[in-house]
Order: sequence, then structure tokens, then C-alpha cells
Amino acid sequence: MSKFRKNGKKEMQAISTASLPDIVFMLLFFFMVTTVMRETTLFVTVTTPKATEIKKLEKKSLVSYIYIGPPIKRMQASYGTAARIQLNDSFAIVDDIQEFIASEQEARDEKEVPYMTTSIKADETAKMGIITDVKQELRKANALKINYSTRKGSY
Amino acid sequence: MASNRRGLPQINAGSMADIAFLLLIFFLVTTTMDQDTGIARKLPPMPEEEQEKPPEIKAKNIYVVLINSNNELLVEGEWTEISQLKEGAKKFINNNGADPASSDSPEKAIISLQNDRGTKYVTYIRVQNELAAAYNELRNDAAVNKFGERYVDLNKKQKKEIRKMYPQKISEAEPKNIGGDE
Repeated sequence: MSKFRKNGKKEMQAISTASLPDIVFMLLFFFMVTTVMRETTLFVTVTTPKATEIKKLEKKSLVSYIYIGPPIKRMQASYGTAARIQLNDSFAIVDDIQEFIASEQEARDEKEVPYMTTSIKADETAKMGIITDVKQELRKANALKINYSTRKGSY
Repeated sequence: MASNRRGLPQINAGSMADIAFLLLIFFLVTTTMDQDTGIARKLPPMPEEEQEKPPEIKAKNIYVVLINSNNELLVEGEWTEISQLKEGAKKFINNNGADPASSDSPEKAIISLQNDRGTKYVTYIRVQNELAAAYNELRNDAAVNKFGERYVDLNKKQKKEIRKMYPQKISEAEPKNIGGDE
């Protein structure tokens, strides 16, 4: 007991901050590993519809994205307000999809091609006409695994 | 040169924390934790030129769901609200021959979904969601009855067995344009 009393009477020692960089580095590495940089700049506004029966999209490296929605404000002057398709970093038409899928498949290992998924990120306001066209093109390109991107929630 | 002869001077590491903080804040801001989620579906392959005639399916084993360009639902010839679709589909799938005008068994039951080009995407997803929910609830009930556990908690083999009992057969008709272009 006397040992403690002796210490208590002394002045408070400053906490060593020497390990602070270590802690910060630990956090830094965590965020560096978990971070996903957005690869494409969106030219279309996409608010995905809500659904309850959703599944997580796994193996992100095997997913190709097709964005469908009305162009963003800045682009509306030249592209109008009707829903359009975006592949990678540019607007596209329905006929471009087969080529897009082919290039996506080429970029992957041959063994992985059957596991590739196409995620359709379409805006709530989009009409089925354009989605149906996209689906038909995907069928022609033999990219049959699709995923309708949705948010969790119910109406 | 003078310092070289004395050995390397120590680098002041005091600012290391600042640098690390700077990087940390950058990654904190750019990071997105949200995972992509969605409804997974498989498209049918393109029909081949010379295809065998598909086997005949009894009309009573098909549950016809039509969505028109005004986002209204016609289920088995009757106007229906989306909120009632799930119960209707469950009843149809799980009929097991009780009602002679409905499906023979869950394995034979097929849901046929057809939409118009003018249908809103959000309605289509809601219908897909309700149909998926109907199947998921039936599978869950079967899992609880058979294994005493929820479907999601079953192991792979058990899941496969349940899936065999309730195969998810949602057929989408070749697109048609009934309501005219938007």
C-alpha cells in the first residue's frame, strides 16, 4: 500500500504520445484496405429502387456495371432528360453493350468468365423499355447472370 | 560532410503522426462502406434457330402476372394490388393440387411475368421483389418444418434440399410492346 501512496503524492506524469503514430497508422491501413475508389464518373443520376429480398454482390472484380438513368443536370442541355445508358466513362447506345461485355470478358481470366455478373444500376424512374433492350443485348452477349441493383428498404 | 563523418543524424520523427493523420483523413473521406446489393436473376439463353418444341405445360401450372404501361397488375386475369401479389403467389405455389384450377405441386408451378415497355422500372422491381419474397417465405416455412431452423441458418446440403422442394421458377416472356412507346 505504501508504494501506491508514494506515487500518488507525486505530480501527474505526462502520457507518452510516442505510440500515437502507430495507432494512427493502424487506422490508416484499415481505411486504405477497405476503401474502394469509384472508378467511373457518373453522367447519369441513379437512385436505385428499394427491395427487401436482396443479396450481397460478391466478388466485385467480376462485376461489370451498366448505369441507366436520366443525364445529370450539366449534361441535360446536350443529352436531354430521357433515360440513357452509361458504360464506363461515356454515354452509350444499346448496340454498344455487346462490345462492352466482350471487352469485360476479355479483361478477365477465362476461367472466371462464367462467374461474371452484370449489375444493372437503373434509376427508379426508368422505363422497362430500355431495360428490356439491355437485357436482350445481354442475352445475345451470353452474359446471363444479372443483378438488379437495389437498396434495402420497403415501400 | 562533417555530419557524415560522425554518422547519420537522426531524422526527427515528430511529424510522422501529422503525416499519418493527413493520409488517414484523406482515406476516411474517400472511403465508401456501402456494399452493393441487389436482386440476382438469371437470363434465359437466346433461343436457337432450330429449337425443339418445348414440352407442353398445363395452363393451371402457370401463374400469369402482367404489368401494363400504367403500372397496373393483372394476375391470372384479375386486377390485383402489388401488396396482394405475395399471398396470391404463395397460395398458388403451395396449392399441391388442392384447388383443381391451381398448381399441381411447387415443383411444377411456374410464374410467368410479362411487362410492357412503358412499365416503370420501380414497379417491375417491386413485383420481382414480391415474387422472390413469396418463394423465400415458403422456403423458410419448409426449413422450419423440416429442420427446425430458418432457411438462412441451414447448411449447404439442407438448403439444396429445400431449394429442390421449392424451385424458383420465374419465367419472363419475350418482350412485347402492348401499350405503345412512351
